[in-house]
Amino acid sequence: MSEMKKNASVIVIGGGVTGLSAAWWLARDGVDVLLIEKGIVGWEASGRNGGGCTHYQSPLFNEEQRLWPQMDELLGYPTEHRQERVIMALTERQLAQYQDHGEICAAMGYRYETLDPKQTRELVPFAGDNVVGSVYYHFGGQANPQRTVQAYAWALQDLGGRILQHTAVSSIIVEAGKVKGVETSLGRFDCDHLVLAAGPQTGALLETIGVYLPVAPARAEMIVTEPLPLMKVGGVDGNGLYGRQTLRGNLAYGGGPHEWLADTTADGRPPEGGPMSRPATQLLQNLSRRLMELFPKAGHVRVIRSWAGIIENTPDGRPVIDRLSEPDNLTVTTMSGVGFGLSPATGHAIRDLVMDGVCSFTDIGKLSLGRFANLPRDWRVRQGWVPPIVQDYDSDGRAQTAQA
Amino acid sequence: MEDEDVVSDFHAIGEKHTKADEHAEIVVIGAGAAGLAAAITAAKAGAQVMLVDENPLGAGLIGMDVPLLFGNRWTAAVQNQGRMLEQVLTANPGLEEAFELGIDVKLGTYAWGAFTGGPNLRSLPEPVVGLADETRSWIVGFRRLIIATGARDLVYAFKGFETPGVVGALGLTALIQTYASFNGQRIVILGTGDLAVATATMALDAGYDVAALVEVRDTPQADVSALIARGVEIVTGHAILEALGNAEGVTAALLAPVAGGETRSIACDTICLAVGAVPVIDLADVAGAKIARNEAGAFVPGKLPAGVFVTGDAAGLGTDAAAAGVAAATAALASLGHDVQASAVPSEATALPADTDAYRMDWMRALMTTGGQDVIACSCEEVSRRDLLDVQPPRYLAAPTDKHNSLKQLAEDGPVSQDQIKRLTRACMGPCQARRCREQVAMIMAIGTDRPLGSIALAGYRAPVRPLPLGVLAAASETPGMVEGWNVWFGIRTQWIPYDDIGTEREAERAGRMAHF
Ligand SMILES: Cc1cc2nc3c(=O)[nH]c(=O)nc-3n(C[C@H](O)[C@H](O)[C@H](O)COP(=O)(O)OP(=O)(O)OC[C@H]3O[C@@H](n4cnc5c(N)ncnc54)[C@H](O)[C@@H]3O)c2cc1C
Repeated sequence: MSEMKKNASVIVIGGGVTGLSAAWWLARDGVDVLLIEKGIVGWEASGRNGGGCTHYQSPLFNEEQRLWPQMDELLGYPTEHRQERVIMALTERQLAQYQDHGEICAAMGYRYETLDPKQTRELVPFAGDNVVGSVYYHFGGQANPQRTVQAYAWALQDLGGRILQHTAVSSIIVEAGKVKGVETSLGRFDCDHLVLAAGPQTGALLETIGVYLPVAPARAEMIVTEPLPLMKVGGVDGNGLYGRQTLRGNLAYGGGPHEWLADTTADGRPPEGGPMSRPATQLLQNLSRRLMELFPKAGHVRVIRSWAGIIENTPDGRPVIDRLSEPDNLTVTTMSGVGFGLSPATGHAIRDLVMDGVCSFTDIGKLSLGRFANLPRDWRVRQGWVPPIVQDYDSDGRAQTAQA
Repeated sequence: MEDEDVVSDFHAIGEKHTKADEHAEIVVIGAGAAGLAAAITAAKAGAQVMLVDENPLGAGLIGMDVPLLFGNRWTAAVQNQGRMLEQVLTANPGLEEAFELGIDVKLGTYAWGAFTGGPNLRSLPEPVVGLADETRSWIVGFRRLIIATGARDLVYAFKGFETPGVVGALGLTALIQTYASFNGQRIVILGTGDLAVATATMALDAGYDVAALVEVRDTPQADVSALIARGVEIVTGHAILEALGNAEGVTAALLAPVAGGETRSIACDTICLAVGAVPVIDLADVAGAKIARNEAGAFVPGKLPAGVFVTGDAAGLGTDAAAAGVAAATAALASLGHDVQASAVPSEATALPADTDAYRMDWMRALMTTGGQDVIACSCEEVSRRDLLDVQPPRYLAAPTDKHNSLKQLAEDGPVSQDQIKRLTRACMGPCQARRCREQVAMIMAIGTDRPLGSIALAGYRAPVRPLPLGVLAAASETPGMVEGWNVWFGIRTQWIPYDDIGTEREAERAGRMAHF
């Protein structure tokens, strides 16, 4: 193998959409950037999510909406982004909720309409008699996560950025108050600035330099069907599901209960003896039921796969995007479960923090790490964000609960 | 910590999984030689046994080549479930003994998933298997699961591959022996190894014509003298170039010499792929088995979750399946504390020749040399050999790219995994769940990256391991806790508060309203 250059101006840990977008934005500025990924780019949540790009609650919302329609062109590779969303309600309560969200967006200048059942069925051919109405967003949308990940990666490489896969970072090296580099399975790499975007592992990696970032990992599941003829709007969901029809025609949907997992290790090695790090379960029966209710005219369509992904959540469910004051050459991100859609904007914000110390296009101050300074360390227990009470399984594989 | 501060997350899975609809002490999946022997052994030892087999398959799955390559060469009889059920019972006399022993035999029943608890799956109250018939799905709790899912066809595509009449050796055998519904007469068989010879002999014995066996190597790979004596032609040094045919199906096999030269065609209505077979490991993989390659080059379950056993062809081809089934049942019974006589451990003898990989790769190379790169490798998603080698985006995007355009380049970034190629090209992502292209895609990847076949990481299997309709898989209902706690995304109220409201008095009011159900 040829001699590997073991330093970079900026090292990014994590090849999910957050790290990839950040590295791409930096490379666009001509920065010498190296992205280090423990597996394959996009292997984790970034390649396993619903593809939704409508995050009205985020300070990055406007930038998310501005950038997505341009991403194919900016990256030079297709992301399968499609605009608009339809959220179908099967109960009045759902409809009121969806309209409430529509109003929040309308107040920010985005247009939405409420459709009656007949209009809904005209727009959504698989809708049935059970639909009570829908909201139709003329903004927002969805993209194909797997294609987007690779688009970022290739665009980054086209600009001279380097990607090192199958290399796990085990710790951060700080000397005299500054990050000097990282320790990895391939030895030490040096940098002037470090961007941490390691998803569920972000907290454990920061702990190696004594900085506390609270995150709790959880597992969520999705199902996908065989292709159906394309609907006018791909982003149709509702009835407690999120998801989309892919451009190929498949229905890909998730939602429902998540399972909290134990804290993860810094390098993300699966827990000892784990059969599968992201198992899916019989929840696929429940997802199938919800999807059949959403699209009664698609009951015959076959489910061909299911999968699970791991998401980290901060205590308030909001991202952390922050350049620390000490060490001040370290920028930290966790997107807390809403990171795919926001990724074009997140990368821009991270670029700004690294290059200029401040986000140029919006205030992100409320996403700083400092908000958790006084958080009790047993916050997961207090919030009930803990794995199911199963302590162990007996030799029959039956759950042994240590319930008081 | 004050207890009153502690809340529970009622949106989390907790104990909300659908409870098992029924239970069995030992569930056996697959009523082939291994599964049947396992079930009978277990029942005789006094265990409570459920034996599940998907035969007779619904016409929908047969039409999708699931689980075998049936190649649209069946008579309308397969659509008659009742008649097929009788046929399956006639073809598999051991089932009668199973019924007599009081085994809960479930025919026409698919096992679409098996789930066992572990570090990242603590919500399962017990290990379960998911079953379905043509109308509904349900959950069965088990103490021991014996997976005896057998083997499926190793498939290579070639021009005209989708013409009715291109079948696999196991698909053909099932159509002739299990279903008595084969709708062909004159067969050309691809391959000359043990599987090809056995398939030819079976077809001849059943009264069909075998026109020829075709081999890309220069010599037959097994003893073909008996077949020659029965009038079968052996064509060596040739690959299949094309299945010629019309709307009715295949009319001839067009063959090309591997070394170049004149093509020739042999009239037939059926072309049967008999180069090899592959253990069916989908259910074991989903159940949490670690999958590893065995010496014969097949991916088989290695380390298994507690309570799960894999036996027969599913554990690796070439063993005495019935003996293996007895051994698996004996191990399962012993682990349950039943009094059992240790049964003879089945011989490890693998009947597969040591150069299985090389032989399969010889076929792939010969097909590519003679047929070129513009042949579709994945029919469901229409991905050609060239698309794979060039890592092209799928056709529906109409966005071919000339950048980063080869498997070789991708390999420079690290070991190439089949899951990654799936994501980029969509090969193996279709409704047949990659049964027709999985091994072929791996071989093309090995060729494209110039690496040994064994170094190509296998794509994982996912539930449901049979492509079943939404309406069948749909749970009858949600558990009460699930209905109440269902949320589109975690149900963290603070997550959805508009940024500008954070830290204002509107925040609390918003939090009261924010729930994405
Ligand atoms: C089922 C599901 C559905 C979702 N639906 C949506 C949706 O519709 N819309 C939306 O916006 N979001 C959705 N999300 C959330 C979204 O996927 C994530 O927020 C987003 O992908 C996070 O990206 P990331 O790059 O921050 O983290 P990740 O994708 O987790 O990437 C982190 C990367 O860091 C690597 N890494 C970790 N530790 C190390 C180490 N020590 N050394 C080197 N590398 C390391 C990991 O291997 C990983 O590739 C969903 C998530 C899931 C699982």
